[in-house]
Amino acid sequence: MIAFVFDILTATIRNATPLALGTIGETYAERSGVLNLGIEGTMYAGAFFGFATAFWTGSLELGLLAAVLVGLVAGGLMAFLTVTLGANQHVSGLGLTLLLIGVSEFGNRLAFGGGQSLRRIDPYPLVDPLELGGPFSQYALTYVTFLAFVPLAWWVLMRTRFGLAIRAVGEDPEAADAAGISVFRTRYAALMVGGVLMAVGGAFFTLAALGSFTLDIIAGRGWVVIALVIFGRWGIWRAVAGALLFSAVYSLQLRLRVTPGWQDVPFELLLALPYLVVIAALALSGRNVAYPGAYLKPYRRT
Amino acid sequence: MQRDPRAGRRSRSMAVVATVALTLTACQTAAPASPGSSGSAPAGSAEGSAESGALEVFGAFATQIEEPWDGVIHAALEKEQQAGGVTYDFTDDIGYAGDMERVLGEIAAQEQPAVIFGDAFGNEEAVRRVAKDYPDIAFIFGSGGGPADPNLSVFDNWIHEPAYLAGMLAGGLTESDVLGVVGGFPVPEVNRITNAFIAGAQETNPEVEVKVTFINSWFDPAAAKEAALAQVDAGADVLYAERFGVIEAADERDLLTIGNMSDQQDLAPENVITSVTWNMTPTVEYVIDQVQAGSYTAQDLKDFSMVGKGGAALAPINMDATGGIPQELLDQVTAKEGAIRDGTFRVDITESAPPGSVIPPSE
Repeated sequence: MIAFVFDILTATIRNATPLALGTIGETYAERSGVLNLGIEGTMYAGAFFGFATAFWTGSLELGLLAAVLVGLVAGGLMAFLTVTLGANQHVSGLGLTLLLIGVSEFGNRLAFGGGQSLRRIDPYPLVDPLELGGPFSQYALTYVTFLAFVPLAWWVLMRTRFGLAIRAVGEDPEAADAAGISVFRTRYAALMVGGVLMAVGGAFFTLAALGSFTLDIIAGRGWVVIALVIFGRWGIWRAVAGALLFSAVYSLQLRLRVTPGWQDVPFELLLALPYLVVIAALALSGRNVAYPGAYLKPYRRT
Repeated sequence: MQRDPRAGRRSRSMAVVATVALTLTACQTAAPASPGSSGSAPAGSAEGSAESGALEVFGAFATQIEEPWDGVIHAALEKEQQAGGVTYDFTDDIGYAGDMERVLGEIAAQEQPAVIFGDAFGNEEAVRRVAKDYPDIAFIFGSGGGPADPNLSVFDNWIHEPAYLAGMLAGGLTESDVLGVVGGFPVPEVNRITNAFIAGAQETNPEVEVKVTFINSWFDPAAAKEAALAQVDAGADVLYAERFGVIEAADERDLLTIGNMSDQQDLAPENVITSVTWNMTPTVEYVIDQVQAGSYTAQDLKDFSMVGKGGAALAPINMDATGGIPQELLDQVTAKEGAIRDGTFRVDITESAPPGSVIPPSE
């Protein structure tokens, strides 16, 4: 029983890594007033270009760097569409996702020729710096995400001038502008930082978890992140807690399905369980949520 | 005329968004023609190719060719083109949203190939309607249904025989007496190889327990890997990778694994014992011979995807796999393979979905 719980804990932390990176990235975007539905595509492109770069150069670090650059470009493009041009955020985000998935799949065919066999690299191994085993045996990226990125993201957003600027332009851009904060520049920065986190979250799959790229590698996890951010009420800690909750139920159901005695429960029901739990949690905790004041509104000086 | 300057800006920005969307569509439709394509044939190419003796063959796939199932058909047709017997062009990612009938009709009307290969699963009605409209073209489609006169032949992957042999290996090699299978959807094609794998494992190891997980996706390797790791946590020590992602789990935990569809030993050279493979070349060559001889008829091509005619096989067994493979087990598998080839042993075809845990029958 203890082994069972430890296994689930190990899997939960591992599975929550890309979701946590995504939720931090999306939270930054949304706190600045921009809903970034480009997340699914940004994660996808981070996964592909990270993998392709690592495959060609033989360096996982360069792969990670490529994902960072993809994130900057994707976030910058989203900012250009929604901040500079003031286009509809839903349409821009979905368009960006479709574009980035299309470019990645096209690039995949050009680079790897649509063959039957998969290309594989040696991915980042599991590490266990304290040699405690069990839940402590994780990828380095998982350690960095939870011990560095999450607290740092919270500290920057809530305790620095830059974070204050993000929250200000997301709540009341007119007031922020009057106070001398550049709304455009702040939103560009928030979207680009967010894009980097999303793309690295995508690269987690190809560079750490799998060491290979296949089509549909993100498989809707970007959309899960959108729900988790609302569940988290645009707070870093709550959003990451949501990612952990989702992953815990996800890891639990995978184990229940292969436990004798559970074979009579339709597996589709167990498969749907993590989504049902998040929907239920949203319904319970999502009442009276205060959206960022300038959510979905392009800013124009009048 | 007064115009609101903002309205202009808005319509301009919408134009940018529309451009983005169009670029994407262009990317997707441009993609199929790039590798290995013979270029668009000009009108009247039917006579042109008749002179050179090369038969014109077209591939029409519902998924992208990176999907392993359609990838096998695509690979066999590319191989045939390289051998020089046919010219080959294809279009993929037609999808299941109602485009199959239009796309297939356009191929038949404009390209006028002699043969069209493809997959009809999820598009059965559409494929059958178009085939009826073009009786002079041979339609060879993967299908759960039967053939239709005069020109629609069907095939499917029937790799339950090598799956049985792989099960024998897995059953003989497991130390924990627990095996794991991770599959896409519980559809007949996946169920029969899973059930055959279980039957094979039970032959060499009556005590064996088999864990079966369906991820309800044809891709999503990350989910397949997690499903495999859950099986490993439940004791599984040999994994059958019906989907991508499972071999990666075996590699990480240093366990033995069996690939599927094509030989996947290069993904983890020390962990992959063998692969259950499908080969469409016998089907493709038979059809081309028949069409060239003018004796083509609609039929079920099932036999050409089975061991007897070389359409299914166990990939070479990896003697360098961690722990090695006992000679006695190898002999057993080789003998069984011979019996299948001679027709003295038939692997049962069971198409019902296996449960999450297949427990050994208690005596």
